[in-house]
Amino acid sequence: MQSTTSGTGLAVGERSGPPEPVGPPPRRSSGRTWEWSLAGLLLAPNLILLIVFTYRPLLDNIRLSFTDWNISAPVANPVGFSNYIEWFGREDTRKVLSNTLIFTVATVGISMGLGLALAMLLDQRLRGRNIVRSVVFAPFVISGAAVGVAFQFVFDPSFGLVRDLLTRIGVAVPDFYQRPGWALFMVTFTYIWKTLGYSFVIYLAALQGRRADLDEAAEIDGASPWAHFRKVLLPQLRPTTFFLSITVLLSSVQVFDIINVMTRGGPVGNGTMTLVYQVYRETFVNLRAGYGATVATVMFLILLVVTIVQVRVMDRPQT
Amino acid sequence: MSTTATPVGSVDEAPEPSRRRGRRRLAHGAEAASHRSPAMTVAGYVGMLLVVLVVAVPLFWIVVTSLKHRQDIYVQPAQWLPDPATTNNYHDVTTRIPFLRYLRNSVIITVVLSLTKIVLGVLSAYALSLLRFPGRGVVFVVVIAALMVPNQITVISNYALVAQLGWRNTFQGIIIPLAGVAFGTFLMRNQFLSLPTEIIEAARLDGAGPLKLLWRVVLPMSWPTLVAFSLITVVNEWNEYLWPFLMSDDERTAPLPVGLTLLQNNDGVTNWGPVMAGTVLAMLPVLVLFLVLQRQMIKGLTAGAVKS
Repeated sequence: MQSTTSGTGLAVGERSGPPEPVGPPPRRSSGRTWEWSLAGLLLAPNLILLIVFTYRPLLDNIRLSFTDWNISAPVANPVGFSNYIEWFGREDTRKVLSNTLIFTVATVGISMGLGLALAMLLDQRLRGRNIVRSVVFAPFVISGAAVGVAFQFVFDPSFGLVRDLLTRIGVAVPDFYQRPGWALFMVTFTYIWKTLGYSFVIYLAALQGRRADLDEAAEIDGASPWAHFRKVLLPQLRPTTFFLSITVLLSSVQVFDIINVMTRGGPVGNGTMTLVYQVYRETFVNLRAGYGATVATVMFLILLVVTIVQVRVMDRPQT
Repeated sequence: MSTTATPVGSVDEAPEPSRRRGRRRLAHGAEAASHRSPAMTVAGYVGMLLVVLVVAVPLFWIVVTSLKHRQDIYVQPAQWLPDPATTNNYHDVTTRIPFLRYLRNSVIITVVLSLTKIVLGVLSAYALSLLRFPGRGVVFVVVIAALMVPNQITVISNYALVAQLGWRNTFQGIIIPLAGVAFGTFLMRNQFLSLPTEIIEAARLDGAGPLKLLWRVVLPMSWPTLVAFSLITVVNEWNEYLWPFLMSDDERTAPLPVGLTLLQNNDGVTNWGPVMAGTVLAMLPVLVLFLVLQRQMIKGLTAGAVKS
């Protein structure tokens, strides 16, 4: 019904012809300009907000990345590519990139993998299934800051829950606060704990909406469970997997609250420093907004490339 | 893509008692036909038990800790039940820090921001689905593409702008930059486009103007989606962290999650009791909301999967 956008001039001409005595109601014939202005009026506030607070800063960010601006100074001096040269040459860049990569791959991979496994297990008539679904989903609605504070105590090396459990089975507790590798494990675990329910619920919904006849056909063909999973189930879940891979990845690359609350990018300087946290640290703690903008620009480019690759890979027709 | 429309629907249909019996029998029949072994059932229950433990035990742990006396927190091995239980930590956290201020700020920010976003989202979606104007496709892309721009990239420039306006530590400084709606517009537009054309045409022929059409016809037919959109907005704004964190220095405007950080900075590792009490209080409102309205909320939070 919405497809008649072509030939608007002609339509206006037609409608504004001589008024018929028992014609269509007057509102319809009052012309398109009225409809256009209403649309403009309804859209304007939202568009202005998005342009001023999303698109403008995105572009401004690129400009700032070529300056030596500190967030409070009135002027920013152009410095050419020196921020970029510094970023690519700096020692901590590798560490930040590898932290970001480990955190992102682990959170996306594990929450999607576990989410799917759990969804398959619960895609049967089991008692208490709906309760379990609610329980697993609940952490997703809690604020990341609150989850972060809670899990900082859960992982407290002296008096935390993890220590208590490990001690009971006779395992030595690693120092989650001081050892960079374990600190990264701690924030990764916490984030997966918080977001697992999202992948799980979406996979479960997709499984319940799948076509039963394909399952039956596979069974009649005597397909092994593995073949059934690979050849029947996964292809049907493809759109869901695609959707999840993009949304889960985008949100886990952006994690700030949990890291800020639990480790502040530490220990030992940059043990859990990710790109997002580096943007914050450089801009607002080290007061090097120009350099922070550089990291933000690099991060945006990486995200853009990753998303384009994901779309390409998933759009490829299957054999 | 077409198959994902049903699953989201099925998510919220399960617990309806009146239809349940019939559904269960039907579903049972379908599942009996598919391969299903006792081993799968056992694995299902084991998986359920494990995942519930992993989710619930940490929550239990922080609630228990929040009810302990200080000396009972710092012992090894840990006490799994508070003995004796006390509400001192709650008293402490609500009186020693301006907890009620943070709560009030959270409520102000969430209510104003959610209402703004819901109104703007509905109006934009209405224009983008039921009004005809040149460049509609382009405008839609501009709105949707904003989803791809992480907040974290825009904060530097926005911070400078808002600071220049003198809006740091003000509610407008927190609310206005967050008020643009991309996802909600997308969600509501899809909903409006899915409404039956005949009804809308009939209303138009009856002489309903565009706003009357929206208020009397389109919105009443879109309640479930509107409720889902509203809930997801409320949850998201309640949990908003980075921007309020940058905008607020103290209890004048800091919402609960930011207040929790300030509390943690002061007490942190040395005084877990009040910190855990504050954490529990910060989690509680949204958890209660979730328990009461979980069907609609899950629908809203997973609604993006409908069209991917």
